[in-house]
Amino acid sequence: MQRQGAPPRSRAFGNSQAERQVTGRQRVSVAVAGAGHTGLAAALAFAERLGATASVAVYDPALTGPPAPDPRHFALTPASRRLLQRIGVWDGLGAVQPIVRMEITDSRLADPVRPTLLAFGASGSQDAPEDDAAEDGEPLAHMAGSDTLRAALRRRAAEARIALVPRAVTGRAPEGGFALDDGAIIRPDLIVVADGARSRLREALGVGWVSRPFGQHGIVATIAHERDHGGVAVQHFLPSGPFAILPLPPGGRLGHRSSIVWSERSDAVEGLSHADEADILREIGRRFGHRLGAIALETPVRPYPLAAGIARRFAGADFALVGDTAHVVHPIAGQGLNLGLGDVECLVREVAGAVRLGLEPADGEALRSYERARRPHTLGMGLAMAGLNGLFSNDAGPLRLARDIGMGIVDRAPRLKAALMRRASGVG
Amino acid sequence: MHASTIDADEVARFEAMADTWWDPKGPMKVLHRFNPVRLAYIRHEACARFRRDPQGPDALAGLSIADVGCGGGVLSLPLARLGADVTGIDPAPANVAVARLQAERTGTSAAFREGTIEDAVAAGERFDVVLAMEVVEHVSDVDAFVGSCCAAVKPGGLLVMATLNRTLKSFALAIVGAEYVLRWLPRGTHDWKRFLTPDELADAIAAHGLTPDGEAGVIYNPVADRWSLSSDTDVNYMLTALKPEA
Repeated sequence: MQRQGAPPRSRAFGNSQAERQVTGRQRVSVAVAGAGHTGLAAALAFAERLGATASVAVYDPALTGPPAPDPRHFALTPASRRLLQRIGVWDGLGAVQPIVRMEITDSRLADPVRPTLLAFGASGSQDAPEDDAAEDGEPLAHMAGSDTLRAALRRRAAEARIALVPRAVTGRAPEGGFALDDGAIIRPDLIVVADGARSRLREALGVGWVSRPFGQHGIVATIAHERDHGGVAVQHFLPSGPFAILPLPPGGRLGHRSSIVWSERSDAVEGLSHADEADILREIGRRFGHRLGAIALETPVRPYPLAAGIARRFAGADFALVGDTAHVVHPIAGQGLNLGLGDVECLVREVAGAVRLGLEPADGEALRSYERARRPHTLGMGLAMAGLNGLFSNDAGPLRLARDIGMGIVDRAPRLKAALMRRASGVG
Repeated sequence: MHASTIDADEVARFEAMADTWWDPKGPMKVLHRFNPVRLAYIRHEACARFRRDPQGPDALAGLSIADVGCGGGVLSLPLARLGADVTGIDPAPANVAVARLQAERTGTSAAFREGTIEDAVAAGERFDVVLAMEVVEHVSDVDAFVGSCCAAVKPGGLLVMATLNRTLKSFALAIVGAEYVLRWLPRGTHDWKRFLTPDELADAIAAHGLTPDGEAGVIYNPVADRWSLSSDTDVNYMLTALKPEA
């Protein structure tokens, strides 16, 4: 477990030559810009992997107070779970809901029964992936609340003596190093840029961003329902956009809860923001189906526009982009955070590998390997998600038939399904 | 001599050279790409011989290492950061100045000096590990050079050498490919006839009383644009030899 000295003050933070020469040891300083889930996970993963030789600090103006409530829940893949366990965060999450089965349907709203096109069970079944995607009988994913996860990450960061500095990193300082919004200068060996999809630091560093709107809005809410979901996640590919029902631990007004991720054509969402709760609930009901009994809203419904985006570069001479700062994908498969944690895993492995060889933490080869490993991966996943979404958000007859047959083929082809599953569980 | 005793023009010139040496995308790009593989090999060999944990911090703490033909210190400085007591030796004064500057810039303590391994041996210096990486193919008297390197190793210590094999493949890749097609290296960098096969090098080392103890090839994967260790010693290879305990 990492045990560092006193948390570095923002003004003194960095690797002064004197400090290095006195110790005669390799000192590594990592700064993380952005205290979101991915940023905090990156800080903890660096501290865990580099141990006592590292000093790690996280900069974010939002660290002054408690974070704003976030109604989202994440489906954490086995790969993400392993990372969170290693950095000592998993046990702090409390009750997490395992997803033991995932069903995908393709229907029109009027269809009374939606046949299941594709079903993924917990691994250990006959078409389990060959590699270490999931141990036998391991759930496909675990649902954890955004707020719960962030609180657990912050607690663990404080325990691990990671400096949490309520300041923004604004860009390069003319005299070298990076400037904070209070005028202080930090000189970390490596800066991890994790301040989000609309990252200011990414822009200040001159890294381009390519994005494309989906013409859809996303709606995330928690729904109470009468019957037990049995740990089954359902994804309905409706003509107006995908609608996912993700199981949550028991609780709420009706005893059971699920998180919905609802995508809808942006023009249709306009009316929704003026509708009252009964109307919204009726619209949700039409999509949610009736198999879980009566439903009620547990959280407000707030639509936000969906877009896909990717940074032109994932790394520079002394920085690396992770998570939403590097890429934003369609929320359809809940891959955003999992991709971000995959970035963290890869970046920390490359940098720690370089450090163990005596190379500089921001070693050109290590950062190049990180970018090569992650950028094509993200592109592949992003394009797959955008393509899948476009394919399903369409009511054209022949296309429906083609994809129904296609999905049927996937379900009957164990190898292809195993490959899809490996990819979705973040180890592919 | 310290960097601060050189006059200002000289310092500026060496700083420009150091920037070039240490630019991962500059003229030394191939060397920087190659470097992690040699470092991993040296770390592995030294840790196995001196019973260290290769993954631990300061894996090479306390070991004395001579880096013969150290150039700008690309190999010496990482080894020093792993805790080794490194002496970089190079006959070119500019190389030594660049290495010293980079050590100062990165706060790494390593000694660099102008000279040859023969000078060190004559002065009675002995090291736990002697490295002659990508040097032997450039020397005129191979046997004398190998002999001096062997003499500089302490009893129980290691000699690690890296060079290019003399095969048709190395002619195609290292001369035609690297110098003429890819332009990685200036033309005339290597003279293929001077390349030694692993057996010739092992014999030369054994003649000076050390026991050759394993070799590894280094191959380039053009698709991944990455160098890695391999059992294929047809082009680039590294060789380790042990000096018996006294």
